Amino acid sequence: MSAPKTLYDKIWDAHVVSQDEDGTCLLYIDRHLVHEVTSPQAFEGLRMAGRKVRAPEKTIAVPDHNVPTTLDRVSGVIANEESRIQVEALDKNAKDFGINYYPVSDIRQGIVHIVGPEQGWTLPGMTVVCGDSHTATHGAFGALAHGIGTSEVEHVLATQTLIQKKSKNMKVEITGKLRAGVTAKDITLAVIGATGTAGGTGYVIEYCGEAIRDLSMEGRMTVCNMAIEGGARAGLIAPDEKTFEYVKGRPHAPKGAQFEAALAWWKTLYTDEGAHFDKVVTLKGEEIEPVVTWGTSPEDVLPISGVVPAPEDFKGGKIEAARRSIEYMGLKPGQKLTDIQIDTVFIGSCTNGRIEDLRAAAAILKGKKIKDGMRAMVVPGSGLVRAQAEEEGLADIFKEAGFEWRLAGCSMCLAMNPDQLSEGERCASTSNRNFEGRQGYKGRTHLVSPAMAAAAALTGHLTDVRELMTETETA
Amino acid sequence: MEKFEKLTGIAAPMPLVNIDTDMIIPKVFLKTIKRSGLGVNLFDEMRYDRQGNEIPDFVLNKPQYRDAQILIAGDNFGCGSSREHAPWALADFGIKVVVSTSFADIFFNNCFKNGMLPIVLPQEQVDILMKDAEKGANARMTVDLENQQITTSEGATITFEVDPFKKHCLLEGLDDIGLTLAKEAAIDSFEQQAAQARPWV
Repeated sequence: MSAPKTLYDKIWDAHVVSQDEDGTCLLYIDRHLVHEVTSPQAFEGLRMAGRKVRAPEKTIAVPDHNVPTTLDRVSGVIANEESRIQVEALDKNAKDFGINYYPVSDIRQGIVHIVGPEQGWTLPGMTVVCGDSHTATHGAFGALAHGIGTSEVEHVLATQTLIQKKSKNMKVEITGKLRAGVTAKDITLAVIGATGTAGGTGYVIEYCGEAIRDLSMEGRMTVCNMAIEGGARAGLIAPDEKTFEYVKGRPHAPKGAQFEAALAWWKTLYTDEGAHFDKVVTLKGEEIEPVVTWGTSPEDVLPISGVVPAPEDFKGGKIEAARRSIEYMGLKPGQKLTDIQIDTVFIGSCTNGRIEDLRAAAAILKGKKIKDGMRAMVVPGSGLVRAQAEEEGLADIFKEAGFEWRLAGCSMCLAMNPDQLSEGERCASTSNRNFEGRQGYKGRTHLVSPAMAAAAALTGHLTDVRELMTETETA
Repeated sequence: MEKFEKLTGIAAPMPLVNIDTDMIIPKVFLKTIKRSGLGVNLFDEMRYDRQGNEIPDFVLNKPQYRDAQILIAGDNFGCGSSREHAPWALADFGIKVVVSTSFADIFFNNCFKNGMLPIVLPQEQVDILMKDAEKGANARMTVDLENQQITTSEGATITFEVDPFKKHCLLEGLDDIGLTLAKEAAIDSFEQQAAQARPWV
């Protein structure tokens, strides 16, 4: 009998093309996702060397980082010259190299990590890469998915493989049930708060436990999406009936007898009893509160009931980093997190731009108005999420509450398009990074769940969404 | 790829932890479709004010560190986005070696694709190098990849670990794609087997 394997071991083993004596492997890549920012130099490299894309049918491109999200984009031209050139370069590269493509004008266009699963490109047991760190998202399907640099993008385009060494196995278990008002975003932030942003370095994380099983596919994608913020190469969740149900019938998912054959293999994709993990972290689901970030690293996480820490609360190099963060964020140690005033709310991104995220925010906003002077926007993760939200009446709730209802793209998550914070503006954001300048020069970011973002939009300050939920229930 | 064998140069101290790729090269500079020319915008928001004037306190603006080729950095250097623009910007500025207690995975890999050497050392040894770097332009360190050794300005030596394959590629300046294409037969055969085993992929 062979030794018990983790889910990661099983997917890895199924994709090793060759292995050198020192453990360096050539790993086969099943799906290569491509966007406009990290790919132009890779395609240029292919051209210079006279190389082709080895497997164009396994390569999927979509522009997302640079695209405007305002309604006038349908008129065509992108005003920013450099952004326009980058998107046009992707248009041309997709055409020249014959890869699958969803241009800006296509309703299926959106954030690459939302489009992949939505179109059924992402399937259990696959290896998935993209020149984007949030490729970890696809791990929600039990696919080994991670970000790569542009040189590696070129390598995958040319060879459909990556040169890799295997990471170690880490298990993150969330036991029990989540309390009302606590979401997948709170889980993933709470884990990073517990492990630190380097806690996962060198590992592939498998998330498991009752609270993870209970999540929808959308919630699982939110959890895996931020595995990278915890430093891990990838995050994984074993596929189950929810996964199979989500995948079934999607445009690029297998059909009929092929689906049945795939299903038989997918059902073997779980960690065997007794398999070895090099590191284990366990959190109790009942103890996770709605959380927010106070600083400029995703590890700067606290329950909403907390206060801004003092630099002296930390150790080593983190003392200076915390001092810098508190100053950058314009906060005072001891200040209640719920006293932090917000002027901007952003709902969207590959972390929280799916239909369930929009439903969660709309449930808080229904029949209410955002605080006077608040700038609030919803940027759906794809054209299809947007269409579904309109059909479900969510768009009307957002618009009536005072939110801008935008077209799909990465938008203010990284502010490469015109959606940016101005100096000193403070945003409750459902995105994934609160780095200095991330959402705009000297802009200040507090990472939150969609429901918490909606709550902040209503009150004008960081707010425990459970208070508003109680109001709703008792009204 | 450019070879990396041995380097003697000025080391700049950046003790801040969690220096992320947005700090190394802010997104406004990711709109390029080239790899070159990013050095002038390395650490842009820390290095220049809004009017484009240099901020004198920033380490790489200080006269003694303007020609730094080595960076001694705080924990978890290069965290965040996968942008290879980060190592491109460092290399374009002239920095070929970064030493830290840990690096983010993708950044670490990206360095090796660009003739750069990221070195992981324990805290005590990073502290020694940080102190040495703080001495300014007289603190010239030598990084010798062949012998896996750093020599401080005072002649103290510190050995470091490096993946043998990555070391080989750096020393020889080897192109990964060329190496992999030499194994094309193995890829062909894997693809044929996979098409049988998992025809839906």
